[in-house]
Amino acid sequence: MIRSVEELVAEHPLLSGLPVDAAPLVAGCARLERFEPGQLLLREGEEADTFYLVRQGTVRIEVHTPGRSPLVIETVGPGKVVGWSWLLPPLPWGFDARAAGPVAAIAVDTACLRAKAETDPAFGYALLQRLSTLLLERLQATRIRLLDLYAPPGARDHGPR
Amino acid sequence: MGLAEPGVSTTPRHPLTPFPYQVVGRRPETADVVTLSLEPMGGTAGAFVPGQFNMLSAFAVGEAAISISSGPGRGPLQHTVRDVGPVTHALCETEPGGVVGVRGPFGNGWGIGTPTGDDGQGADVVVVAGGIGLAPLRGAIVHLVQGARGAGRVVVLVGARSPDQILFAADLEDWREAGAHVAVSVDLATEPWAGPVGVVTSLLADAPFDASRAVALVCGPEVMMRFAARALLERGLAPERMRLALERNMQCGVGSCGHCQLGPWLLCRDGPIVTWASGAATLLGERER
Repeated sequence: MIRSVEELVAEHPLLSGLPVDAAPLVAGCARLERFEPGQLLLREGEEADTFYLVRQGTVRIEVHTPGRSPLVIETVGPGKVVGWSWLLPPLPWGFDARAAGPVAAIAVDTACLRAKAETDPAFGYALLQRLSTLLLERLQATRIRLLDLYAPPGARDHGPR
Repeated sequence: MGLAEPGVSTTPRHPLTPFPYQVVGRRPETADVVTLSLEPMGGTAGAFVPGQFNMLSAFAVGEAAISISSGPGRGPLQHTVRDVGPVTHALCETEPGGVVGVRGPFGNGWGIGTPTGDDGQGADVVVVAGGIGLAPLRGAIVHLVQGARGAGRVVVLVGARSPDQILFAADLEDWREAGAHVAVSVDLATEPWAGPVGVVTSLLADAPFDASRAVALVCGPEVMMRFAARALLERGLAPERMRLALERNMQCGVGSCGHCQLGPWLLCRDGPIVTWASGAATLLGERER
């Protein structure tokens, strides 16, 4: 069964909790895309004109470094969002995003979505709230990783062992 | 060890007196973690259940509480030790043929593989482990994937600092082949790692389990456990079905010395496994004064 972009957008966690009419607004700026393993979704430094709602597969968020393989900062799976810089134009993408395997995603035109958010402030506010929630989750996860929790605890925690 | 073996006596002994055990195997797991396989030399410590710990002594150095990482009644007693201090360093350096002291087992267990049966029989079991926290869970997972418990799904989610810090890599593959959902995430990806990168809780999103009935077993750094518990609660898991392993300064093992007190518990006796509902939520959120 072929499903519409609007149906797929409505199912994505980004829109959970948003007013029911949000899906058509987002879907009006969206298209379906597929990526082969290794293909770039986003490239650091380029204009943040499209972000992605991942439907299937895994995306690696990477930093390229001269003379060595890219460093993988994080992997993002189904139900997640790839690309945040578009929220604050004219920021370019801060990292590369690469398909770790076959990836199916909903590509959203950021200029189109921003225009709708500005035209319909209620929609824009609800969308920003939802995106902020996801950003907060990502920030908290990053902070936990900064703690380096799995490092050897040494003797400091429970006496010399 | 495990269940007492035929021909090996279980000599009644004062709980503070160790039994000598011979190291019959030493397997490096990572650069600073070693699994020791031990066989009794005459008398044997008691039968254990997954989640319990023994006090291991490196003679002339000292004693440390180390979780049992093998399954009950299967092969030699195994302990997986991380080299973090003088005692654990001496234990990690003990070669086959060497002798260590063992007294125990102490504490309660995960409630998996107990002689009296499990609660939540047939329900899905979600195991969330961080770093060395996988060691105390290994015996329970072995029991679960062998289908000894019931028809529920087994989900094993593991977080590690980097790929070279992943414990029991061969076991993880065995558990996957046995039908468990096994996922591993690292904080720092190094070549040729192609798996997930991020906190272990990010693995919960794709984990297939029925949260309305599932039992969770969580072990790792306490901050990780707090966040894992929060994520499991958001997924719908009941607090009374969430079991966590807490660790403090275990010394006597029998609830006498008080070094391992945490709130109302002496963890060597009342723990190390406690449920989120029983007070772990409060105690893990308690701030030092």
